[in-house]
Amino acid sequence: MALLVTGAEIVISHPRFYWGETGNSGTTPLFKISIPASRDTVPTGYNYVMPDQNGWSRYLHFEAAWVLVLTGLVYVSVGLLNSHFRKNVFPAPADRKWSAFAKVFAKTFRRAPPDPAESRAYNVVQRISYLVVIFILFPLVIWTGLALSPAFDSAVPAAVNLLGGRQSARTLHFFVSDLLVLFLIVHVAMIILAGFWSRMRAMTTGRIEAPSEHI
Amino acid sequence: MSNISRRKLITTGLAATAGIAGLAAASHLARRYGLIPPDGGGIYGPGETLTYAAQRILTRHSLAREFPRSMISEKPFGNEVAPPSDAFKRHQATGFSDWRLTVDGMVAHPTSFSLSDLKSLPTHNQITEVVCEEGWSYVAEWIGTPLHNVLDAVGVLPQARYVVYFSIEPDWWESIDMADATHPQTFLTMGMNDGDLPVQFGGPLRLRVPRQLGYKSVKFITHITATDNLKRFGKGLGSASPEGGYAWYAGI
Repeated sequence: MALLVTGAEIVISHPRFYWGETGNSGTTPLFKISIPASRDTVPTGYNYVMPDQNGWSRYLHFEAAWVLVLTGLVYVSVGLLNSHFRKNVFPAPADRKWSAFAKVFAKTFRRAPPDPAESRAYNVVQRISYLVVIFILFPLVIWTGLALSPAFDSAVPAAVNLLGGRQSARTLHFFVSDLLVLFLIVHVAMIILAGFWSRMRAMTTGRIEAPSEHI
Repeated sequence: MSNISRRKLITTGLAATAGIAGLAAASHLARRYGLIPPDGGGIYGPGETLTYAAQRILTRHSLAREFPRSMISEKPFGNEVAPPSDAFKRHQATGFSDWRLTVDGMVAHPTSFSLSDLKSLPTHNQITEVVCEEGWSYVAEWIGTPLHNVLDAVGVLPQARYVVYFSIEPDWWESIDMADATHPQTFLTMGMNDGDLPVQFGGPLRLRVPRQLGYKSVKFITHITATDNLKRFGKGLGSASPEGGYAWYAGI
């Protein structure tokens, strides 16, 4: 959340995106977001300059990034060591086919009541989404973010060169963050549909209460 | 609740104690090896300290990316600066012929350099990117003398840990540690793209620090001082940026 809000504040100081190595108010953007900027050097077409929130936003963005990276490392190492990913997150062998996906969606759209087994295990669509988020989107958002650090790039130039340059890295960082926000919105919506308090209890304690509570 | 056993409680307690002891030891080591930035206090201190310490351990000697001549931006962007002071305008009227750079502090021979003195030092050029914290960037060729030539000429004392540099414009000053000050790409820049450095880009004299964001590359430099203690300058946070809410270390 901290990363999202501060990231948005930083975008407001220059709501234009470019492709390649360089880009600035004098060059043609790939696209721009139609909002007033917090700098009067940005040609936005609005006669209004937003308040500058970049200082604390940047401090908090990087501190929160450290929290994300450190807790993420613990989570992934523990998950690999105790086989949580292998047992609960990788799709079960029987589910590794398209019809398994179709079944989950069909059931959801028919609004069929969940059977008790479903509150104990993730279905195949959930599993694939979680895998994409944990092993693709989060590593990508960290990589594209690190590529925006001039000192890190001096030590590992490939980090930014492989992405097609600094401005490409910034644009990709923006899009990957958007995908993570999309996941968050769908995830929270699903939790609310499934019963907010019972899911929150299950997530925090890892225990599932008697099925009677679901009805 | 009943499921939390005594053993679990003891293990958790031990782990927490070990964690706190580890943090205390890490902070002691960080202080000793100069890995804590001057704005390392407050709620954002832990994040800043982790960033600065990680960069100092991993990237002390690495070189900023340099680009081929073909990648020099056709439209570099000179960020806006406050209207020039009368002092600056007087220098501008005389073609900067009386511009001086005073170097003092923890040095053996405090010296005042003219621009031609600086030009007589070994000159280098680099094609590097200016990266603004707002998100934009451009590539240009920068011509000048590496700061370490000037520091060698005045004989910086070994106990100096930071170099503080001031613009002719009031309240515009920054500082860098010795790793960045003696870095071969940290330039006292006097030329840009084969010409004199335009005023818009910091002429006649700008300190370029290409491994950090643009705001560390202060324009219109007149004074450099070497020190072992940043607490003596301004509010003691290292430079004008943290006083305005921005991080002192801008290598991220």
